[in-house]
Amino acid sequence: MHEEIIMAGFGGQGIMSIGQLLAYSGMIKGLDVSWMPSYGPEMRGGTANCTVIVSDSRIASPLTSKPDSVIVMNLPSQDKFSPKVKEGGLVVTNSSLIDKEVEREDLEVIKVPANEIANELGNTRVANMIMLGAYLARKEIIDLDTVKESLTSVLPERHHDLIPLNEKALDRGFELVNEEVTV
Amino acid sequence: MAERVLMKGNEAIGEAAIRAGCRYFFGYPITPQNDIPAYMSRELPKHDGVFLQAESEVAASNMVYGAAGSGARVLTSSSSPGISLKAEGLSYIAGAELPCVVVNIMRCGPGLGGIQPSQGDYFQATKGMAHGDFHLIVYAPSTVQELVDLTYKAFDTADRYRNPVMVLGDGMLGQMMEPVEFMEPLDPADLPKKEWATDGAKGRDTNVINSLALAPEELEAMNKKLENKYKKVKANEVMHEEYRMEDAEIAVVAYGTSARISIKAIDMARERGIKVGLIRPITLYPFPEKEVAATCDQIKKYLTVEMSTGQMIEDVRLAVNGRRPVEFFGRLGVVFEAEEVLERLIAMGGEIQ
Repeated sequence: MHEEIIMAGFGGQGIMSIGQLLAYSGMIKGLDVSWMPSYGPEMRGGTANCTVIVSDSRIASPLTSKPDSVIVMNLPSQDKFSPKVKEGGLVVTNSSLIDKEVEREDLEVIKVPANEIANELGNTRVANMIMLGAYLARKEIIDLDTVKESLTSVLPERHHDLIPLNEKALDRGFELVNEEVTV
Repeated sequence: MAERVLMKGNEAIGEAAIRAGCRYFFGYPITPQNDIPAYMSRELPKHDGVFLQAESEVAASNMVYGAAGSGARVLTSSSSPGISLKAEGLSYIAGAELPCVVVNIMRCGPGLGGIQPSQGDYFQATKGMAHGDFHLIVYAPSTVQELVDLTYKAFDTADRYRNPVMVLGDGMLGQMMEPVEFMEPLDPADLPKKEWATDGAKGRDTNVINSLALAPEELEAMNKKLENKYKKVKANEVMHEEYRMEDAEIAVVAYGTSARISIKAIDMARERGIKVGLIRPITLYPFPEKEVAATCDQIKKYLTVEMSTGQMIEDVRLAVNGRRPVEFFGRLGVVFEAEEVLERLIAMGGEIQ
C-alpha cells in the first residue's frame, strides 16, 4: 500500500490538521508516513496545502507530482490540484463551496457538501473532518476508529472539548459516501 | 523500541539537543527555522536551561562563544542569511577550539533570497564559513529521524574535537513531519568535566580561551594544531550511505532532501532497466572522498543532484579525479520533482548503451 494525498483549501479550513491527523493515524498503525506543508508568503484567504504520504514501505520523497488522491475544499485548490491527480485517481471536493465540475473524465469525484453538514452539526469548522471521513470511506487505508483515537494526540489540548463533535463529523462524512455506494 | 512520535523536523532538532544535554540556546528569528527557537523557548526553561533571543545574529554567535567557553553544551540555529551573520563568531569559536552546535536550515540566496528550501550554502558550510584556516564538521541529514540522531551526535563530536559542528538541513526537512524515535535523555551533570573550561579558577591554574596569536610562530603552531585536528576528523568521521549500488553503472551523488527525491527517481529508473544507484554523503565535511573514488572502476558516469547551481559537484569531481564524467542536475527556488531527475537518468542510460 502506498497512498499519496494532497489536501488543499483556504487558510483556516483546517487542511493542515486533517493532514496531520491522517499521518498520525498511519504512524500508530505502524506505517511509514510523511506530512509536508506548503509554506511561503501567502495572503490572508490564500490557499494552504499539505502532502501526506502513507506507505507500508520506506517513503523516499515526501513530495508528489502525481497524487493518488486530492481533498479540495475551495475552488482555487480544485483548479490547481485536480489536473495533477494520477489517472483514475480520486478527488474529494467540497460541493458547498465549489459548484464547478472537475474537468477530467478519468477521475472518480466524490462531492461532499461539507460546510452544510458542518452547519447542521453546529460548527462550520468541522467541515475538514467531514471531508476526511468521506475520503476514508472510499480509501480504507486506515480504519475510522484509529483516526478517531488519534484526535486526542493531534488536536491541541484547548480543543479537546470538541473531540466528540469532530468524531461525529468524521462519521457523517464516512456515512455519506457509504450510503451513496449502497444506493 | 522507543515510542514513535510524529514531529516537525525543526522541533525534533530542539528535542534532540535537549536530550543531548544542551541547556543553552542563543539565536535570532528567521524563516524557515523559527520552530527551533520557538521550541527551545518553550522547553528549555522546563529543564533549568536558558533561551535567549539576542539583538542580532552576531551577538547570538558571540553568546555561544561565551557559553561554550564555560564548558556548557550550547546550540544556535538560523537560516542562510542569518548564518552569514554568525560566521564571524564561528571563526573565533573554531580558533579558540570550542565545541558548539550550529543548525542551518537553508533557504534560497544570495542576499535575502527567498524562504524556499535550498542547498546553496554547501560552499559556505564546508569551505568558506569565514576568515582563516578552519573547518566546521558538517552533517547532512535527509530524514527527520536523522535530524534527531545527527543533532544528538553533533554534541559529542563537537566535544571530542573541540570544534563547532554544523547540522545542515533545508526548509523542507525543517518543515516536514515524520515519525521519530528519541534516545534516552542525558543529564548534563553526567558529562565529563571539561578541564579547559573557564568556569572559575579557584584552586587551579587559570585557563585561557582565546584565538589571538600575535607572535608568528605561535600563530603557525595554532594553525598546525588545527590542521592536525582536521586530519583526524577526515580519518575518523566520514559517514556516507549507498543505495542500489551493487551493479550500478550510473551513480547519483546527492545529500539531504535531494538524496530523498533522487531515491524515488532511482527506483523509477531501475523499473526501466537503468542500472543506477545513489551515493549519499552524510558528512559533507569531511567529504567521503575515498568512498566516492572507490566506485570509479564500476561507475561509468556520475550525476550530482543538488538544490543549487552546483557546489558539491566540485568535491565529487575532486574525488573522481578526471577518471569519469561528472554531470550535474539542480534547480533553485523550486524543489525539483523525481521525474526531472529520471529524465536525466534516462538520457545518461541511453548514452552508456
